Amino acid sequence: MPGERLPTMEVPVTARMIVFGAAASRDWQPQHHDHTWAVERAGTRDIFLNTPTMAGWLERYLTDWTGPYGRLGRLTFKMRKPMCAGDTLVFDGVVEEISTGWVDVALTLTVGGEVATEGRARVAVPAREGENPWVRERWDP
Amino acid sequence: MKTEPRIEDWVGRTLEAGEGEVVVEEGYIRPWLEATENANPLYWDERVQREITGGPIAPPSMLSVWMRPLNWRPGRVKARRPLELHFLLKEAFDLPEGVVTENEMTLHTPLRPGDHVRVQESIREIGPLRETNLGVGRKWIVDVTYTNQLGELVGVETYRMFGYKRRSEP
Repeated sequence: MPGERLPTMEVPVTARMIVFGAAASRDWQPQHHDHTWAVERAGTRDIFLNTPTMAGWLERYLTDWTGPYGRLGRLTFKMRKPMCAGDTLVFDGVVEEISTGWVDVALTLTVGGEVATEGRARVAVPAREGENPWVRERWDP
Repeated sequence: MKTEPRIEDWVGRTLEAGEGEVVVEEGYIRPWLEATENANPLYWDERVQREITGGPIAPPSMLSVWMRPLNWRPGRVKARRPLELHFLLKEAFDLPEGVVTENEMTLHTPLRPGDHVRVQESIREIGPLRETNLGVGRKWIVDVTYTNQLGELVGVETYRMFGYKRRSEP
C-alpha cells in the first residue's frame, strides 16, 4: 500500500566498515581510508563512507524487506553529509507508488535526526503469485 | 593564454573506457556482502540461486565495482582513472575539485561469475558557472553505460557532479 513504512534499520558506522566498503568496491580514493587526508585536504571530520558502499547498503535495506525475489531496477540517491565513524545511520523507507510488479520507495537516511542521504528506488516484486521478476520478459525499470 | 573551453564541444562527447579489468567472481561478491552485512539468501543459498536466478549472480548494486581500474599492473606508468570524462572536464574547465551530488543506477541483465563488463562514458549536460558554498563551479552529468561480453545492456549509471574551484584558491 502507498504510505507503508519499511522497518527502520539502524547501523553504527565504524572506521572498519568504511574501509571495508571502500576495499570491497575497489575504491582507493584517500578520503575513504586516510584520516589525515580526509581532515586536512577534503575538510571532513574523518574518513567517510563512499558512494558505491552506500548503494550496497541501500540495496541490502530494500531486499531485507522484499526478500530474494525483490529485484532492484533503479536506485537514485544524494549523499548530503559525509557519514563517519561514530555516526549511527538510521534507514527509513516509505512506499510511494505501486504498479503491477513494481514498488517505488522513498528512502531517507538520517544521522542524529538530520538527513544524511535521501533517495528513491524502483524495485520489481512478483506481479502475481509465482511470477519471478528476475526472469521477467518485459523489463522496464 | 588559455581559452575557455566551449560547452558545446564537450556535451555529447563519448569515451570508450574499455573492458573492466576484473572479472565478476565470488571473490569480489563475498566481501561486498560482508561489508554491507547482506544476508539475502539469493547470494548465500545455492538452492535459492538455482530456483530464482538459475545460479549465482552479483548484487546489482555492485555495478561500478566491475569498471574501476586496477591501481597497479605491470608496465602501467600512469594510473587509469575511473570516470575519465569527469577528470577531463575538471582539467578543461580548470575546476580542480569535484563532488558527486547524485548517483543513479538503472539495472538490466544481472552479472554472473565469469562475466566481464565493457564501459562507455558520455557527457549529457554541462551547466553554467555558478557560485555555491563550496566555491565557483559547474554542474555536469556523465552517463556510464555497462554491457556484458555478449553486448547485453547490464546497467547505466548517471553521475551528477559539481566541479569547482575552492574559494581560497586564486
